[in-house]
Amino acid sequence: MHRRLIALLASAAVMALGGGPALAQGKSVKVSDGVVKIGVLTDLSGTYSDLAGEGSVIAVQMAVDDFNAQNKSPFKIEVIKFDHQNKGDISANKAREWFDTEQVDVIVDLVTTSTALAVMEVAKQKDKITLVSGAASTPITNEKCTDTNVHWTYDTYALANGTGRAVVKQGGKTWFFLTADYAFGHSLEKDTSEVVTESGGKVLGTVRHPFPGSDFSSFLLKAQASGAQVIGLANAGNDTINSIRQASEFGVTPKQSLAGLLMFITDVHSLGLNYTQGMYLTTGFYWDLNDQTRAWSKRFFDMKKRMPTMVHAGDYSATMHYLKAVLAAGTDETKPVMAQMKKTPINDFFAKNGKIRDDGRMVHDMYLAQVKKPGESKYPWDYYRIAQTIPGDEAFQPLSKSRCPLVKK
Amino acid sequence: MKISGNLIASFVLFGLLLLAPLAREAIYPVFLMKVMCFALFASAFNLLLGYTGLLSFGHAAFLGAAGYVTGYTIKALGFPTELGLMAGTVTAGLLGFIFGSLAIRRSGIYFAMITLALAQMVFFLALQMKFTGGEDGLQGIPRGKLLGFIDLRDDINLYYFVLAIFGGGFWLIYRTIHSPFGQVLKAIRENEPRAVSLGYDVSKYKLVAFVISAALSGLAGSTKSVVLQLASLTDVHWHMSGSVVLMTLLGGVGTVLGPVVGAATVIGLENKLGDLGNWLAGATGINALSTIGEAVTIVTGLIFVVCVLTFRRGIVGELAALVKRSGVNVKSE
Amino acid sequence: MEIFGVPLNALYAQLLLGLMNGSFYAILSLGLAVIFGMLNIINFTHGAQYMMGAFVAWVLLSRFGVNYWLALVLSPLIVAAVGIVIERTMLKRLYHLDHLYGLLLTFGLALVIEGLFRVQYGISGEAYPVPEALTGGTDLGFMFLPNYRGWVVVASLVVCFATWYIIERTKLGSYLRAGTENPKLLQAFGINVPLMITLTYGFGVALAAFAGVLAAPIFQVNPLMGSNLIIVVFAVVVIGGMGSILGSIVTGLGLGLVEALTRVYYPEASAVVIFVIMAVVLLLRPAGLFGRES
Repeated sequence: MHRRLIALLASAAVMALGGGPALAQGKSVKVSDGVVKIGVLTDLSGTYSDLAGEGSVIAVQMAVDDFNAQNKSPFKIEVIKFDHQNKGDISANKAREWFDTEQVDVIVDLVTTSTALAVMEVAKQKDKITLVSGAASTPITNEKCTDTNVHWTYDTYALANGTGRAVVKQGGKTWFFLTADYAFGHSLEKDTSEVVTESGGKVLGTVRHPFPGSDFSSFLLKAQASGAQVIGLANAGNDTINSIRQASEFGVTPKQSLAGLLMFITDVHSLGLNYTQGMYLTTGFYWDLNDQTRAWSKRFFDMKKRMPTMVHAGDYSATMHYLKAVLAAGTDETKPVMAQMKKTPINDFFAKNGKIRDDGRMVHDMYLAQVKKPGESKYPWDYYRIAQTIPGDEAFQPLSKSRCPLVKK
Repeated sequence: MKISGNLIASFVLFGLLLLAPLAREAIYPVFLMKVMCFALFASAFNLLLGYTGLLSFGHAAFLGAAGYVTGYTIKALGFPTELGLMAGTVTAGLLGFIFGSLAIRRSGIYFAMITLALAQMVFFLALQMKFTGGEDGLQGIPRGKLLGFIDLRDDINLYYFVLAIFGGGFWLIYRTIHSPFGQVLKAIRENEPRAVSLGYDVSKYKLVAFVISAALSGLAGSTKSVVLQLASLTDVHWHMSGSVVLMTLLGGVGTVLGPVVGAATVIGLENKLGDLGNWLAGATGINALSTIGEAVTIVTGLIFVVCVLTFRRGIVGELAALVKRSGVNVKSE
Repeated sequence: MEIFGVPLNALYAQLLLGLMNGSFYAILSLGLAVIFGMLNIINFTHGAQYMMGAFVAWVLLSRFGVNYWLALVLSPLIVAAVGIVIERTMLKRLYHLDHLYGLLLTFGLALVIEGLFRVQYGISGEAYPVPEALTGGTDLGFMFLPNYRGWVVVASLVVCFATWYIIERTKLGSYLRAGTENPKLLQAFGINVPLMITLTYGFGVALAAFAGVLAAPIFQVNPLMGSNLIIVVFAVVVIGGMGSILGSIVTGLGLGLVEALTRVYYPEASAVVIFVIMAVVLLLRPAGLFGRES
């Protein structure tokens, strides 16, 4: 009874203030059912549980704790999690159930494109927000874009663009692709090919391997025979890891160089610098970038015993931005919150002057990193040398090229 | 006519399912719909394993292929929902005819292996063909309107529609088992040479049973794709073929209600184990319990092990045996 | 010279790679075949035991500093010991039942084992270094052959044919074969058949673990490394003829080659070609290429 009374008073107060953002002390936020519920839907047990997984839950919880500390807990926030097991149907089902019965307001993380697309579709129907940090494919902000979604951390276009351009500039003119034979691999390959050709490079050929694979030697020999200077690895996770190891085994590297088109710091960590040294990769976040990132990452490390990936950092940033938007909008209703999120620039340890576009893309600076040699690494997790900061507007697909129907041209 | 325990239990089950939406706060209708789809799938599988003695290790192909066809025909070709479901079911039936014709020439583990091999090929096609959306799958399949006027976007309308499909499928299986045709199937299961010597064309019986089972699995897959508005590779993966074996075994091979109980348990585990963990952690204050949700595969594996070692007749089978032993006079056939 | 548009040298190289993968298939399917022949159990845990072999080697190295060569012996023994516990406590209760139950039990065990390793070690896995003596490679003219891969082929062929010899050509082997034909009679001759069965299972598991150690320096050691392999290896055993020792070795190597050729001409299909062959073989020769019709 009490809660309802408070909510009533709160809404009265909001109305009295004309519904405008009341940032003053004692400000009231009208929150449906009294609590803002954040659902972390991620892979807690499968192939992507290191790059997202429990770490994503920790990152979201950190954002909630920080938000509460900074704003004196203006409303009740709850975080729930679920292991989507990388299955689209389980994700869609759980998302629907969360929206319908648990009054979840926002779903965060969503690793793998198939689960992200499935959940975005449900969220659109139910008019709820999704903040995708884990999944990579560009359809999320193109053909399949929704007006209740933000794609936060990275996408295949940005990775292809960053790594492709940089490697061509370093003199890697001829390319050969080793592509995982499914939608994600194809899109990574296509995006990179375009960038390579555009920057004056040449694609000599491509070979598609079944997904998931374990032995890549015969594909690598094809790549070797092509004589290309650069072998682009358009695959992910364990496929990338095994490709890199076997490339070194067969003497493909260092004669030809590898470009990991989707690599996370956890991959580098598990492979070790011996195998990965000298590789270029594009990332949305590196823990050792500056004091701010170091401070946050150390806190994360204390809990998880691993440094955060860009997905984890993105989860924190997205959650924080969302909560601030709820506070500023004075409500947790989807439309005003989305509007608030889109009109406020994002400034935190993850993004500088980040902005959310109409297609749902959060545009922020990306970093081109080169993996250090074993001798250069001075302390644990000292893996990258940041070669270049790629300004957000160059890193991501320009809005003019977007295939998203929400973009007014 | 004898009133069998199965019949009573079935009526109770359907009575409860009819009333379930009244408690929609407690039991989420979409979850129940998913359970019903898998219950139909497992029951169709059981028709083959439990009543004909054929272990198929490729039933995911029917579930998945039908889902894709239904999704594609409704979403891309604009079929009305019921026609889309039919298209999926017919596809699965045809696929079942092809699988069946090839596989029934062999028995035992070799039968299982042929179905597995064929299902792997279907998986390969699903991954390669354009219309399936490959790894991303098909999303946003419209639920549409039943007969042009009942809006299936409403969960309750859809719920009763799915219940009708499940009930119809379940009844068909029940009738098949208790028909003369079903008796012949059981005779084949018990003693194939004898059935042959009695003059039955065993291959034809097996094939018909296979096609019925495949078509009903397809109906389950089609319905599932409408309920969840999604068709994905999960449904054609061989793990799904293993999963349906688990459901059937856990519930009770060769029992009418076993697969339903098994499916509800397995799907419940997949969807609710995480919540259970969170709840336990909240109730006991032990934070580690909240990680139970990440152990779905471990728990599934443990269930397999425990089930095989201690109650091979499955939940329903053991219950029936218990009832029989305690002397309550309920006929189970 | 070219064959269907592929230079002959490239083809040689690909076939050699096929042989390398084939030797993994051979040694894994051999273990499965031995277990099936003796215990009538389809050991779905095989993939997990292969993974355990690799992990134990990695733990031995990183925790206790045990080198590769010692691990090649120790790891199979340790994993076999675990296997024997499984056989004694669980599998032995299933011998009188349908194949189905053994398959389901071992499938369940595989899920549990892989899950536990994932909880303990995470999913990205660990890198096991190539042993010092075998680093580098040899230029064969048509390809660069890493020395370690050469060693893998030699080691697995030796182990495979030694196993074949023991089972088909020695007294011990004749007991084993007699045990599969008529265990009661053998028991009557004073041979401890249950012990023999247990040891056979242990041996089959040790083969899987041995393959795991061989694989560790090539593939990333991760909890799911065996889960996709098992179904392929399973197909190899079926094609070769369930329980046929020679069949599993020859088919393993042969399918490695077929897969290699597919990778040259239609790489996308290289994961499915084995199943196409399995379906065709079963339809034409139901007991497999080397199996006896019963």
